[in-house]
Amino acid sequence: MNDTAIEIGGLRKSYGNVEAVRGIDLTVRLGQVFALLGPNGAGKTTTVEILEGFRDRDAGEVSVLGFDPSKRDRVLRSRIGIVLQSTGIDPYLTVAETIELFRGYYPHPRSVDEIVEVVGLREKRDTRVLRLSGGQQRRLDVAIALAGDPDLLFLDEPTTGFDPAARRGAWQVVKNLEALGKTIFLTTHYMDEAQVLAREVAVIADGRIVAQGPPATLGGRDTAATRVTFRLADGGPPLPDALAARAEVSEGLVRLRTGDATRTLHELTGWALDRGVRLEGLDVTRPSLEDVYLDLTGGEAEAEADEPAPARPGRRRRR
Amino acid sequence: MSDLALGIRQVRYTNKAFWRNPASAFFTFAFPLMFLVIFTALFGNDTVGVFGERISTSTFYVAAIAAFSIITATYTNLAISVVFQRDAGILKRTRGTPLPGWAYLFGRIVHAILVAALLVVIVAAFGAAFYHARLPSRTLPAFLVTIAVGAASFSALGLALTGLIPNAEAAPAVVQAIILPLLFLSDIFIPIQDPNAWYVKLAKVFPVYHFSQAMKAAYFSPAGNGFRSGDLLVIGIWGVVGVLAAVRLFTWEPKR
Repeated sequence: MNDTAIEIGGLRKSYGNVEAVRGIDLTVRLGQVFALLGPNGAGKTTTVEILEGFRDRDAGEVSVLGFDPSKRDRVLRSRIGIVLQSTGIDPYLTVAETIELFRGYYPHPRSVDEIVEVVGLREKRDTRVLRLSGGQQRRLDVAIALAGDPDLLFLDEPTTGFDPAARRGAWQVVKNLEALGKTIFLTTHYMDEAQVLAREVAVIADGRIVAQGPPATLGGRDTAATRVTFRLADGGPPLPDALAARAEVSEGLVRLRTGDATRTLHELTGWALDRGVRLEGLDVTRPSLEDVYLDLTGGEAEAEADEPAPARPGRRRRR
Repeated sequence: MSDLALGIRQVRYTNKAFWRNPASAFFTFAFPLMFLVIFTALFGNDTVGVFGERISTSTFYVAAIAAFSIITATYTNLAISVVFQRDAGILKRTRGTPLPGWAYLFGRIVHAILVAALLVVIVAAFGAAFYHARLPSRTLPAFLVTIAVGAASFSALGLALTGLIPNAEAAPAVVQAIILPLLFLSDIFIPIQDPNAWYVKLAKVFPVYHFSQAMKAAYFSPAGNGFRSGDLLVIGIWGVVGVLAAVRLFTWEPKR
């Protein structure tokens, strides 16, 4: 099995006439934090539930730690931890009792002390589940998934519905797990989450993988054109021809795309200083992961724009 | 840990969680006693013919409500609680662990049967203290076997029914709509006056009627060992049907 944790080839799944997954190929290495990023309804949960053994596939090859998950092998289930999209925990047991209950299902469980430490629930050990906040319940979900000391963890939208502070807490938990050497397969519709947590990101839209790579280079982000925008006052001198040829102008706002930002800026600012032109609101923007994502997933990501999301690293203010 | 040990561990945790919800636990036990008191208050001054003897209706109700207790604790409570657990995602979550599915269900069923047994003890003690219902002694084996067959069969039927209940909100309504008419027609809530009435013929198709007859025999049979093998057979057949239906219909995930 060398260093491959998950191998998917030509995976397909339909519900009635709806093709949820239309031929996916993916490889996840051991010890890697992998994010499957996509809008709602893109096929994320279907894919992850096939990997977890909850759904049967229609076609394709799937290997999880060397097992076919559709066989629901007990050995495989003892080596993976699953955090489903929605919590399902008996409300009347305490945190420690719940973890203890699940520990009993596994051949080599982790200690309760270690688990509450990793997920940050030490102070809540003896609190009943029904008295936990939403974020704490979600962390207990992760705690249960860790009970068997799994090699591979599935996290299906682990922070959906969280406030920003709770998300930061959850991210820290994932970082802790990465430090423990766990392989993590994460689905999310937040690009910042994928960017902060994952070493490798696959973008899924409409049941297909549309881009894959490390967050820094995803979708050709590292080589994509830089955008230079600024305003020109009416009646000023016109742009030099070399720049004007690449510029889009609307209502005084000029947009330039360039593959060589250093040279273009030099030409632009040199011209402006020579002619005494003020470049109002000069802004140089590299495409953020969000730009790439919106580009790749088309209009489908629009719905997400309404959801609260904390500051996005790497994203520049645009005018 | 062996699988059986895992199953027994599930019983313990199910039991622990059960008692942590005092309101639910209290009414699980108070409900049948409440019915016993109400029915005896309403109809208890009458007499009813049982195996050729006239006994007080209040005594009759001790056996009837003992039967009702078992049906409530297994069929009713099991079906409703399992659908709630299913819709809360608890079943799916458990399904993703190495715990065998049967061990989880074993925990819930055995717990339901233990509650049923405790309820019978309470009802029998209450009946002996207040309603002249002698505790079964000569017929004790029949009493225990009838309880076991009934509890197992009604558990299987409750579990099978969960496969037909679309969601947790609908669970109490569906479960009660099926069982309440049968409780009225099957010599449990109201003693049957005319054994030849059409509704008795209808009730005889279902296990509730046979269970009430078997429980009464185990309680009041004036001679013999109190076994009603014909009734037990019908209950057992329904139990097998329940198991087969549960295997086909039971789901671990919420229905959408």
